[in-house]
Amino acid sequence: MRERLEQWSADIPFKVKLGMVWGVIALIVVFLFSLADFDVQWMLDHLWFITQGLPWTIIICGLAIILAVTLALFGALGRLSNSAVAQGVTGFYTSFFRGTPLIVQMFLIFLALPQLAPPNLPGLRDSLTLTALQAGVIALGLNYGAYMTEIFRAGIQSVGHGQVEAAEALGMTYRQRMRRIVLPQAIRLIIPPTGNEFIAMLKDSALISLLGSVVAQMEIFRRAQLVGRADFRPLEAFVVAAALYWILTTIFQVFQAKLEQRLSAGYVRTLRVSTQPGVELVESEPA
Amino acid sequence: MTEPVVRVSQLHKSFGDNEVLKGIDLDVTRGEVVVIFGRSGSGKSTLLRCINFLEEPTSGTIEVSGVRLEPGPRTHRQREAIRSVRIKAGMVFQEFNLFPHLTVLENVIEAPVTVKGQDRAHSVAVAEELLAQVGLADKRDEHPIRLSGGQKQRVAIARALAMEPEVMMFDEPTSALDPELISEVLSVMRSLATETQMTMMVVTHEMGFAREVATTMAFFHEGLIVEQGPPGQVIADPQHAQTKRFLEAVL
Ligand SMILES: Nc1ncnc2c1ncn2[C@@H]1O[C@H](COP(=O)(O)OP(=O)(O)OP(=O)(O)O)[C@@H](O)[C@H]1O
Ligand SMILES: [Mg+2]
Repeated sequence: MRERLEQWSADIPFKVKLGMVWGVIALIVVFLFSLADFDVQWMLDHLWFITQGLPWTIIICGLAIILAVTLALFGALGRLSNSAVAQGVTGFYTSFFRGTPLIVQMFLIFLALPQLAPPNLPGLRDSLTLTALQAGVIALGLNYGAYMTEIFRAGIQSVGHGQVEAAEALGMTYRQRMRRIVLPQAIRLIIPPTGNEFIAMLKDSALISLLGSVVAQMEIFRRAQLVGRADFRPLEAFVVAAALYWILTTIFQVFQAKLEQRLSAGYVRTLRVSTQPGVELVESEPA
Repeated sequence: MTEPVVRVSQLHKSFGDNEVLKGIDLDVTRGEVVVIFGRSGSGKSTLLRCINFLEEPTSGTIEVSGVRLEPGPRTHRQREAIRSVRIKAGMVFQEFNLFPHLTVLENVIEAPVTVKGQDRAHSVAVAEELLAQVGLADKRDEHPIRLSGGQKQRVAIARALAMEPEVMMFDEPTSALDPELISEVLSVMRSLATETQMTMMVVTHEMGFAREVATTMAFFHEGLIVEQGPPGQVIADPQHAQTKRFLEAVL
């Protein structure tokens, strides 16, 4: 009996088995939800409303990652420089934003920033008053930039000293060296972890909902909260939100894997198995 | 003709307490090929690296075709002077140091385009000529990883030549190569000396090459040039006891 079972199992391809496991887990989840008075119809009815938050989530993270990458680049260059000012500023920046909770930073930027303006300068106060979305983007960018400073620093340092010297010996300035020689090589090591940070950021962007954004600019989680509370269907609403985040991060993971493949051009001497019939092996061309 | 291409005067270099160069004086005139040899740790690399300020000398002066450099704070002016010396003095490293993210051709045109602001099409034409000169015309679109050590070093030579240097400095260019690849690099260097009359400073222990190509040989010992002269004289009849001993060991 046991032997037959083992034989039967060995005959099934691994991927099929994996799919079966996922299927079983999904069934169990569906079963548990069915016990919990789960209103599928409500979910379908409100799917569109919550999905409308998707573009906002993407916009928030898109802007925040641009800010974060910029800060991380200058942060890393600062940490690696000989200047006390550059090292001091970047050291303070990374220490603070890595040492305090993101949610606290969001509220500080959202609530505390306007109060920095003296009362006799209402104009300044107004311009320091940010929408929830703006504060969220800035906080996410600053926070992730601080973490990514380390990623960028490690990437830049991984480029051998010989590369820097060869560039120097050719008469390149610091900027030329960085732009043309060091960063293009560092980027290969920087992109994979940056992709991970972006995926983490997609999830952390849900925190912005706690700042209470205006209806027109609500991201996924805020919409789910709102509609779920109103109809006393929070579970259904959050399931939709979770599914949307999950789909989003999965798409980006696939995208990131593709990018990583392309980045290895010039570094691998690979022989690639051809998919064309009749051609057994082709040397892959560095892109 | 009288002005040397490279003039090193009273060059001192210390790393902490370790005085590596103890007052080097060396003139290299146009078309001259100076072979520098000596024991490991005697300061040969440090001399070349001080000439283009990859290492900052402790004291002394460097002059490369009219541009004078002295150690000092990196002001804008100092940085520009260093850069102009680096442009005039090409350097070939033991470890090649090609840029792995660029193709062979891109390696060669990178500095002419970026540093000198040369027209790209013109630079490509020059680069193709140089690659043909080092026997690698067919490798122009490869990435360095796909080249052998000897091919890499020849690309590195072409890359340095693309800047049209006044002098080429080689720091043990064949030491990292498998024995069967050494001669292809040496023959490129030989034709550089004999056919284009390139001024060269070469740190090497390839005595066959030195005997054939060098106009001057300089023996380094503990941070000083203790013996200097044409190869016929230095190799055949070394005057200094240390030179004798060294040559006996390598020949
Ligand atoms: N960056 C550095 N920091 C500290 N000491 C150094 C540095 N570079 C070189 N030295 C020391 O300076 C001395 C001379 O080194 P150098 O590399 O010039 O010797 P070399 O003659 O080129 O020897 P080799 O034949 O091994 O290349 C050595 O004792 C070395 O340890
Ligand atoms: Mg050396």
